[in-house]
Amino acid sequence: MSFQAPLATSRSVTGLPTGRLAIWWVVVSEIVIFGGLIACYVMFRLRHPEWGEYASHTSTPAGALNTFVLLTSSLSIVLAHQAAAAGNLVKSFRYIWCTIGGGGIFLLVKSYEWTTEISHGYTLFANNFWSFYYTATGLHGLHVIAGMVIMAIISIGVRKGEHLPRVEYIGIYWHFVDIVWLFLFPLFYIAK
Amino acid sequence: MAEAVTTAETTEGAHSHHGEPDFWSKYIFSTDHKMIAMQYMFTGMIMALIGGYMAYVFRMQLAFPGESVPGYGTVTPLAYNSLITNHGAIMIFWVAMPILIAALGNFLIPLMIGCDDMVFPRVNRLSYQIFLLSAIILIASFFVPGGGFGGAWTAYPPLSAQSQYNLTPFGAPMWLLAVALEFVAFLLGGINFITTTMNARAKGMKMYDIPIVVWMIVIASILFMASVGPLIAGAVMLLFDQVLGTTFYNPDAGGDPVLWQHLFWFFGHPEVYVVLLPAMGVVAEVITVFARKKLFAYKTILYTTFATGILSFFVWAHHQFIAGIDPRMAHIFTVTTVLISIPIAEMLFCYIATLYGGSIRLTTAMLFALSFLAEFLIGGVTGIYLGASGTDIYFHDTYFVLAHFHYTFFPIAIIGFFTAIYYWFPKMFGRMMNETWGKIHFWGTIICFNGIFLPLFVLGMGGQHRRIYNFNNFPDLATPEMQDLRIFATWSAVAMLVFQIPFLINFTVSLFKGKKAGKNPWNANTLEWVAPSPPPHGNFAEMPVVYRAPYEYSVPGREKDYWPQNMPD
Amino acid sequence: MTEEHAEAHEHTNYIKIWAILTFMLVLSILGPMIGIKWVTLIAAFGIAVVKAAMVGAYFMHLNIEKRYVWYMLFTALLFLGLFFFGVSPDVMKAEGSNWVNHNNMPVATEEVGHGDGHSE
Ligand code: HEM
Ligand SMILES: [Cu+2]
Repeated sequence: MSFQAPLATSRSVTGLPTGRLAIWWVVVSEIVIFGGLIACYVMFRLRHPEWGEYASHTSTPAGALNTFVLLTSSLSIVLAHQAAAAGNLVKSFRYIWCTIGGGGIFLLVKSYEWTTEISHGYTLFANNFWSFYYTATGLHGLHVIAGMVIMAIISIGVRKGEHLPRVEYIGIYWHFVDIVWLFLFPLFYIAK
Repeated sequence: MAEAVTTAETTEGAHSHHGEPDFWSKYIFSTDHKMIAMQYMFTGMIMALIGGYMAYVFRMQLAFPGESVPGYGTVTPLAYNSLITNHGAIMIFWVAMPILIAALGNFLIPLMIGCDDMVFPRVNRLSYQIFLLSAIILIASFFVPGGGFGGAWTAYPPLSAQSQYNLTPFGAPMWLLAVALEFVAFLLGGINFITTTMNARAKGMKMYDIPIVVWMIVIASILFMASVGPLIAGAVMLLFDQVLGTTFYNPDAGGDPVLWQHLFWFFGHPEVYVVLLPAMGVVAEVITVFARKKLFAYKTILYTTFATGILSFFVWAHHQFIAGIDPRMAHIFTVTTVLISIPIAEMLFCYIATLYGGSIRLTTAMLFALSFLAEFLIGGVTGIYLGASGTDIYFHDTYFVLAHFHYTFFPIAIIGFFTAIYYWFPKMFGRMMNETWGKIHFWGTIICFNGIFLPLFVLGMGGQHRRIYNFNNFPDLATPEMQDLRIFATWSAVAMLVFQIPFLINFTVSLFKGKKAGKNPWNANTLEWVAPSPPPHGNFAEMPVVYRAPYEYSVPGREKDYWPQNMPD
Repeated sequence: MTEEHAEAHEHTNYIKIWAILTFMLVLSILGPMIGIKWVTLIAAFGIAVVKAAMVGAYFMHLNIEKRYVWYMLFTALLFLGLFFFGVSPDVMKAEGSNWVNHNNMPVATEEVGHGDGHSE
């Protein structure tokens, strides 16, 4: 079952490593997915001023805390990349797990929020605002989970000193997930 | 040159390491781009047969309403809706896409840009597996209680969103899930195609040395990627509406059904160019080889492709002229729709100019390529009628629209595929196809195709609406003259399906018994013809180096009328 | 990884960037508390754009990345803008000069009306 990477993977006509080029295209395709959803939400939001009232039932402190957590995890993954580039594998490994921990805290806060909201009757079906809220944050949450899983896998390689550029690639993805949240936060938590 | 040596070593090493691969790792779980291309191609061909069978059933129902269809039985209204819905969806998402983008892209890109595989072979394999899963889910959806989804391939809510309207509580979500998975498969595949072409080209291959078909597949992948995003989000929303009961698209609860139409067509219109471009690319390769002449205005073709690609994002609402959209937008979208015919026409002119003064060889592949130009022209021209919002108020949702897009999609998906298969068969399987049977297949297919759809233009102009189960229920549409045209179209369809039998036989027999093809049976220039036929794992014994543009045919002063890209002088 | 790339990493002080981002986060929460509409909008969305740009530039290294990567991302955003401006007249507006879209008029009972019984 051993897999031998083809020669093609090691070529780099554009001057960009293939993995990084691909991850940028992933980001492009994700931009339009999240962007499409956000665009739909914004249209509805502008048409329904009363949604501002609904938005006041989301917890701004929790949202702010999560923004802070994600920004910090972005910092730690970029430090992991820096450490990997400098050849400091142990440090890189630790930073990766800090990032995964950040993702974990984010999800904990998120599930706390969701449970309180649901217990107040603001379920997915309460009205279209809440449908958008759960769809958007849920889709984002899935990306957080995916990122955590991939980071855990990559960290094993880092331990052995293999596939170090992957730390940078997952970092780019993670920052993108962070950026999405930077927009979801004002859209659902601040603008009332 | 140093690179070539190391490659030879790596490929060698890989081989001795693996030994003889067993059946599973060779055919099912292979990461080789050619095997994945074949998987896509055969899946696509099987789906085409299923889609063709559906067309046969509902055409029979339209010609002989209420009578039992041989090989199917009586068609109920629900079954009719499900048949037309899934026919359309299958032909676009499970035939045109896998064959034109995935099979050709996988087979041709690494060979034509001179490398050994895709840059991410395992992602490539995953892409096919997701695609296969989507096809299985789609087919399974026909057999669940309530039957397959019948709300048209465009899946407009509220019909598609609420099962009390569409009566397919399981079929509808399964259909949607299948489509969404298919999108994911093509996103993965597309990233591979784009990155491979950007990063893994052979030494010396500059931007303008890339064969047109590779350009076209890559641009199509980019268009797909940029347009499908909002629809993926929208599909999740529709799925929630269907299975969880949210109200994103439910006007009763503040949702907006027109939003779905926008999401769908913001993807749907670029999508038609996503499938068009690879077919155009195939035709470019074939006509220049068989006209033995340099492709006319390579760069112009490329620039018109860019223009078409960009403009294709600006026309989507021409599908919604009478859906109650903002009338000011209808003006804008009329203008953009008419504008997009300019680059497309220009591209066709370049192709025709390539033929001028060439020494044309009418092989089967060439015949198909030429018929593509002629038939697609009819499709493109009728598009302009529909693009003018004034005329479209009358034409919308009639058989005129249906004939229009079959005059575009049939050349793309079917003629484009046959052009490619008759041309690249020797490379894919190392043997030649039979030309005589090929020509019988060609004439049968083309004549019958026109026999199906020309009458439908007439019917459409006569006011015949689409998606109607039995025209006898409408006295205006039940006249004997109209019924005769329907029957004529149906018999043409049956005849066309019958004419695919020579193809299938020719294909199967040639696989095993065909004349052995050399490396380069057509005397073509591009790099895939440098590799052995069929190319082994790793493609090239020694990685080729590129010295010139791909279409140097009949260069004055040269003894041979072709000049391969990898030949130093 | 290229030489200059690695070098540029060392020049960026990530902790500083992170501190600025956190500071802006505080601003974006405090701003809306004042309660003036345009301040809210700028604080919420203006700062989000700046933060996103900073994460992109310094953490994703777009500042030292090849130019066309930036163009790729920007083109995706342009298409999104196109989508928004093509669709919003239908989804957001119900009337314009000389036309009214009755389908799209806000329903008076909107907050309560649900149609299929999913209200609490
Ligand atoms: C690339 C080739 C093309 C393909 C594959 C294609 C495909 C289609 C399809 C599938 C539909 C019908 C969708 C439905 O309602 O189910 C359609 C409708 C339409 N096409 Fe095309 N088309 C092509 C080229 C063009 C061109 C060049 C134009 C205009 C210059 C055009 C203008 C239209 C218009 C205006 C409609 C909407 C008609 C209506 O629903 O009333 N198309 N096309
Ligand atoms: Cu269109």
